[in-house]
Amino acid sequence: MKIVQEFTKGFWKENPTFRLVLGMCPTLAVTTEAINGIGMGLATTFVLVCSNLLVSILRKFIPDKVRIACYVVIIAGFVIIVELTMQAYFYSLYKSLGLFIPLIVVNCIILGRAEAFASKNPVAESLADCLGMGLGFTVSITVLAIIREIIGNGTVFGIHVLGSSYLPFLLMIVPPGAFITLGFLLGFMNMAQKQGK
Amino acid sequence: MKDILRLVIVLTTICVVAAVSLAFVYDVTKEPIARSLRQEKLAAIKAVLPGYDNQPDKEVQTVMLGKDKRGRELKVDFYVATLNGKWVGTAFTSPAKGFGGELLVMLGVTPDDRLNKAKVLKHQETPGLGAKIEKEFIDQFSGKSLTVRELKVKKDGGDIDAITGATISSRAVCDAVNNGLELYNEHFKPPAKAVVQQE
Repeated sequence: MKIVQEFTKGFWKENPTFRLVLGMCPTLAVTTEAINGIGMGLATTFVLVCSNLLVSILRKFIPDKVRIACYVVIIAGFVIIVELTMQAYFYSLYKSLGLFIPLIVVNCIILGRAEAFASKNPVAESLADCLGMGLGFTVSITVLAIIREIIGNGTVFGIHVLGSSYLPFLLMIVPPGAFITLGFLLGFMNMAQKQGK
Repeated sequence: MKDILRLVIVLTTICVVAAVSLAFVYDVTKEPIARSLRQEKLAAIKAVLPGYDNQPDKEVQTVMLGKDKRGRELKVDFYVATLNGKWVGTAFTSPAKGFGGELLVMLGVTPDDRLNKAKVLKHQETPGLGAKIEKEFIDQFSGKSLTVRELKVKKDGGDIDAITGATISSRAVCDAVNNGLELYNEHFKPPAKAVVQQE
């Protein structure tokens, strides 16, 4: 039961984007198209799962004094693996995410989960926690990206949904649009939270 | 003392393991990455040239252009395309400074001194505005003659229709095309003519 809870909290109660407000750099920067949101989310999830699994396994072996250094080496290693693999086998996705892949290293969600959860909990719970967090992050930024893509370009995953007479509202594609969308979604989450109580 | 030793050993072990796995992944992905990069280049060359049957990225004329302000080497690669051994066109890239940063254009020139086609390879122009240079705008350059210089936006006295609201991006593409064609005129040695000169 506890494991299920650790998994589901990432989607709503402790959603990294909308409740913990972590990892804002990729959230704001890559969410111009739905496909980028999914790609970035899954790449982050992969790094999150691998690194936190390792951190959890090694949690008794890593001394407290050098733990951050160890976490950073582990995370950076997995990020480079993702970057090289993506460049080799998913080149078009790599081109559109390009610059943001190395930024997964500094995504606070990953170091945050390693420090706050994986370093203190057994492997199974850690796995559930970071899978939930990673997928919660993926869903959140994909939703954000879908909203921006529909309003800013009239398409979802590159398919026209609003008809050719729709005039794209460009502001949503440029960075200020990310802040505005994020603000509305945060407000909506807070409202839903309050009514649930 | 013992404590410090343990810190050193743990951190070193983790770093060594990370380094070894990275070296392994690098080795495995090296070839697929080189292949993706090459395919991208070939696709761009193919898009700007008429049909050819050789491998233009294997028949390159490289011209060194000296160094830029920061001391980096400047050069241009001319990719020579042939059909049944006959020269049918040359492709090369040309950079310019756009509204959002550097943009890169691939140009294809045919032996009759015409710009066959141009294609924007890389740009950071405003999405939905300057980014339109990738679409119909760039097609205006197809078939233009190299000897008649009219490749300017209409506002500057040329005959290229600028994108409404994105004059800077439109001008940047014209700059890239003009600079590229100038380099081509100045430095490129047509394979057929080179043979004639030798005789």
